[in-house]
Amino acid sequence: MSKVVRPLLWLAIAVLGALALATVALHRGEQINAIWLVVAALCSYALGYRFYSKFLSAKVLALDPSRATPAERMENDRDFVPTNKWVVFGHHFAAIAGPGPLVGPVLAAQFGYLPGTLWILAGAVFGGCVQDFVILFFSVRRDGKSLTEMARDEIGRVGGLVAYISVIGIMVILLGVCALVVVNALKASPWGTFTIAMTIPIALLMGWYLRRLRPGKVLESSALGFVLVMLAIWGGQWVSQNPAPAQWFTFTAPALAIVIILYGFAASALPVWLLLAPRDYLSTFVKLGTIGLLAAGILALRPTLHMPPLTRFIDGSGPVFAGNIFPFAFITIACGAISGFHSLIASGTTPKLIRRETETRMVGYGAMLAESMVAVMAMIAACTLQPGVYFSINSPAAIVGQAPETAAMTISGWGFPVTSVEMRLLTQAVGEQTLFNRTGGAPAFAVGMAQIFSNSLGGRALMALWYHFAIMFEALFILTVLDAGTRVGRFMLQDAFGHIWKPLGRTSWYPSILLTSAIIVSAWGYFLWQGVKDPMGGINSLWPLFGISNQLLATVALCVATTIIIKSGKVRYAAITFVPLAWLVAITFSASWYKIFDPNPRIGFLAHARQLKVASSSARLVNARLIFNDRLDAAVTAALILMVTLIVAESAMEWFRVLSGRKPAVLKESAFMATRFATEEQR
Amino acid sequence: MRQASRNLSRQFRIAGQVFAAALREIFDEAAYSRFLTRNQMTSSCQAYAVFRRENELAKARRHKCC
Repeated sequence: MSKVVRPLLWLAIAVLGALALATVALHRGEQINAIWLVVAALCSYALGYRFYSKFLSAKVLALDPSRATPAERMENDRDFVPTNKWVVFGHHFAAIAGPGPLVGPVLAAQFGYLPGTLWILAGAVFGGCVQDFVILFFSVRRDGKSLTEMARDEIGRVGGLVAYISVIGIMVILLGVCALVVVNALKASPWGTFTIAMTIPIALLMGWYLRRLRPGKVLESSALGFVLVMLAIWGGQWVSQNPAPAQWFTFTAPALAIVIILYGFAASALPVWLLLAPRDYLSTFVKLGTIGLLAAGILALRPTLHMPPLTRFIDGSGPVFAGNIFPFAFITIACGAISGFHSLIASGTTPKLIRRETETRMVGYGAMLAESMVAVMAMIAACTLQPGVYFSINSPAAIVGQAPETAAMTISGWGFPVTSVEMRLLTQAVGEQTLFNRTGGAPAFAVGMAQIFSNSLGGRALMALWYHFAIMFEALFILTVLDAGTRVGRFMLQDAFGHIWKPLGRTSWYPSILLTSAIIVSAWGYFLWQGVKDPMGGINSLWPLFGISNQLLATVALCVATTIIIKSGKVRYAAITFVPLAWLVAITFSASWYKIFDPNPRIGFLAHARQLKVASSSARLVNARLIFNDRLDAAVTAALILMVTLIVAESAMEWFRVLSGRKPAVLKESAFMATRFATEEQR
Repeated sequence: MRQASRNLSRQFRIAGQVFAAALREIFDEAAYSRFLTRNQMTSSCQAYAVFRRENELAKARRHKCC
């Protein structure tokens, strides 16, 4: 392209992006089309990738195309494999895309579409993508070391310990919250429960196909599994319409919670690979397909956003979760904007596959942009619902009432008209028993997605199938996160216990397997049980905890990154990680403060405990447990904030020592070795 | 014109190949091929069972994102 056309093209993209952002941000009174969000996002991502990530590559990180990566230097055809950049991109994206970018934006939509969308765009371009990119690059420069190892090497022992504890902490809270989302999506839903139950025999069949019939043909078996799952969704309709089988698959929330806790323990402690590995593949297959399908559906339908840009709940009185936009919108949406968990992937498998240093830009920065786009699509799916419908699904019974008429009246009173008849018709259309009080985000996302799909393909007749397809998709891959996370947590505990008593560190010793599995499952199971028993639906207290812990991990990652940038003598560029770090410290500190000390019982854990304490004596027995839960949540939040303080303090001391010349700036990079790929490409 | 359409179809073919390669990597088919090459084995039920055993421990320690 000529030197004149190229700048003009980028100028046109910038103008279009500014126009779309202005439409999204300034439009009031009339509904806007979702395509404006898509255009604003695509233009922001294009500009961020072309200019900001290029600046980071050239000036801050100084990517070296002549330097061999660990994949080349330590190539073993197993962990370290130089791989095509697009293949690594796909692999990395499949690993970082989870339920977070789908659920978070749906919950944050209670503020309207504007706050969440702006945070997703700005957070991703200036925070999340930067974090993923720099951590991936620094790991590549350090033989593919993990975040915990880099924190220990570059910051100090406290940094390493905090990183380790945060990983365990976030995992426990994440698994509890994820399990709660599944419970809320499947409770009293025989259709959904049947479909998920059927994935067990389907996975076993896939396992048999893989091992006996066509060894190693995973794509084939996943495609077969997908067809069978679609048949199971279709069969679920019959189950839900016939009283006898419907009764077998109708579970209350506590019963489902117990089933999921037992499933988590079995997945961690028993050798059930024939089930888990094929399910993992199936879940990835469905996840990638559905994300593609949702993007195509939004582009084909170009739906109107019924949710206003800002709702009355920006004052912090929202029914989905309580709290003001600052800081709660920023911890509710983590994965679509910035997610600490990504730094574990960026310093895990991915750095061992990178062929050239220069490719870290596309993989690290680019894959996070793709994940951010998924979050924008989730926001669109939630905001295409009528606000009255959205709040009917996402508001807990304790706020809007149990009876449909009462709930509809309360929500209409907020200025979001909805009737119980309208909700009953929608419930019938999606083949459920009720859509009221289905907190957790997954059912609202499924209804939004089903509307987009059914309007693009099949009409209202297929709405129920699409709804249960969406529920199956979310529940399936949340359960995969659950069993994988429990196993990873078990290994981490075994590694730690091995330092205390050697046999406990043996990963194949059964007493150790049972003990560590039981500890991890009890920990997240407790949070799940607490959420199930919470009259407010659980999400109000647990999702902010998850957001805080996830952003804490991002704080650790950005502390490591800032330390390395300062040590490499580029203090003038330290702001690129320091500014997002300062922002995250501000939101985690203020969110924690509100969650512990706010006098509003819907926000502050301690205020809620005090409110329960003065309740009538008849409710005292039940309240004693709720009071304990509140105090436990307050203690967990305080522990998280203590860890943020420790890591930030130790990093700041390290920066001071290096900048004042009291300590030599020694980087723990691996030695330079020239890459053979550069000369191969020249030939 | 013909040259342009030939170039376009070539680009599509390459994109398709890269997409298939990404899927093979995500679904461990590429890892299985490398395993067979490394151990000079041909695909069989036994070979796949050995590959799964070797692969499982590494996979079990891998984080899955939220």
